[in-house]
Amino acid sequence: MCLAVPGKVLDIEERDGTRMATVDFGGVVKEVCLEYLPDLQVGEYAIVHVGFALQRLDEESAKQTLELFAEIGLLQEEFGDAWDMAAEAGGGGTLPLAGEDVVEEVRK
Amino acid sequence: MKYIDEFQDPELARRLLDDIHATVTRPWALMEVCGGQTHSIIRHGIDQLLPKEVELIHGPGCPVCVTPLEVIDKALEIASRPGVIFCSFGDMLRVPGTGRDLFQVRSEGGDVRVVYSPLDALRIAQQNPDREVVFFGIGFETTAPPNAMTVHQARRLGVTNFSMLVSHVRVPPAIEAIMSSPSCRVQGFLAAGHVCSVMGVGEYPELAERFRVPIVVTGFEPLDILEGVRRAVRQLERGEHTVDNAYARAVRPEGNPAARAMLEDVFEVTDRAWRGIGVIPDSGWRLAPKYRDHDAEHRFSVEGIQTREPAECRSGEVLQGLLKPHECEAFGTLCTPRNPLGATMVSSEGACAAYYLYRRLDITNAAREATPVV
Ligand code: SF4
Repeated sequence: MCLAVPGKVLDIEERDGTRMATVDFGGVVKEVCLEYLPDLQVGEYAIVHVGFALQRLDEESAKQTLELFAEIGLLQEEFGDAWDMAAEAGGGGTLPLAGEDVVEEVRK
Repeated sequence: MKYIDEFQDPELARRLLDDIHATVTRPWALMEVCGGQTHSIIRHGIDQLLPKEVELIHGPGCPVCVTPLEVIDKALEIASRPGVIFCSFGDMLRVPGTGRDLFQVRSEGGDVRVVYSPLDALRIAQQNPDREVVFFGIGFETTAPPNAMTVHQARRLGVTNFSMLVSHVRVPPAIEAIMSSPSCRVQGFLAAGHVCSVMGVGEYPELAERFRVPIVVTGFEPLDILEGVRRAVRQLERGEHTVDNAYARAVRPEGNPAARAMLEDVFEVTDRAWRGIGVIPDSGWRLAPKYRDHDAEHRFSVEGIQTREPAECRSGEVLQGLLKPHECEAFGTLCTPRNPLGATMVSSEGACAAYYLYRRLDITNAAREATPVV
């Protein structure tokens, strides 16, 4: 939860007096508030945390980070169904599925 | 080198590692503050690639882990009240309070909802004017500005059925507490990149100077971490202790001024208990008095709830870098991600969970080898 994820701004609009954007995180699209980065433009990348753009990022770094997050299961953890994940974890833990795979791999 | 091929740029990783190997002449202990960095370090085996002189100590940077038990209990109490819609980030669902968690509250009929953003909780409040909607506001300086903005918006839009249970924590006082402990072994810090994206680096020079520790602002990709270690080790070897920004692509020295201004307006600094560690002066934020109408503790009168943590759990020592997770007696036996005793096991960003996921087999094998077969 403390990790912020980079995303690309697809669209910007004013809603309820607040500057909002739709942002693409490697395929998952979410609404993001731009109040803390009001001059962010369509096509630019930013670090987004719990629905708020917090800092600009260059395209290349953004893409690399997204790839890494996808690979280690963090995108799944951030955007997946939390109830499913919590249920899956049984008595506890919101463990990323990729993590379980790693244990399997090591076991082989 | 079983992991280095997995690096985004193995060639660059190798060069950074070579440089670290060539620089180090004596043992150094560095603390990575952020749980995301811990995750990345363990996942990529970075601690095993570094020279044996460089030890990485895992810090208290997992917001789920450090949220005190009594705050979880307050959340459970509020979430169980009839008429309440309790909204939270997904990773709080399985954090054990005394006897149960939010997941269980929902199975007992509580209306617990997972949201991606605090603004989603505000929207739920607008759509359900006859219900009380409460958002669980935890996290470090990265999460605090979104939550602050949401309270501000609730006030601006006149949404009176929205309140927040606030338990935010701040990194610099935690660094201060760690360095002030007589048993502290930390000689340098890899500061949490995203916290600095918001706060900038202004709070650090004084700490670096007072405790004579290098503080290197670091991202959490494997190459970022190697670069952070490289710069910290260079400083240590030269006897320097300055603040260095190794994550400039996402961290400006002043941070995000709009976010910092909102934090100052909505919150006020307060002493805060950290799970497993105890109270650290000035280490948290609570809602400022002018936002009292939106303070769930006040609205639901749960200020009085106090609870104690299980005695077997040593997460406090783990969070301060005094103990490695597998050195805890309960690790992997009484305490697993499926049956966690402490929050450092329940959150996947927690050090105990990271060790359980990525190191369990290594640890069992090492123990097997160390035990003579009779
Ligand atoms: S292994 Fe479990 S009991 Fe031991 S410190 Fe970690 S969370 Fe606490």
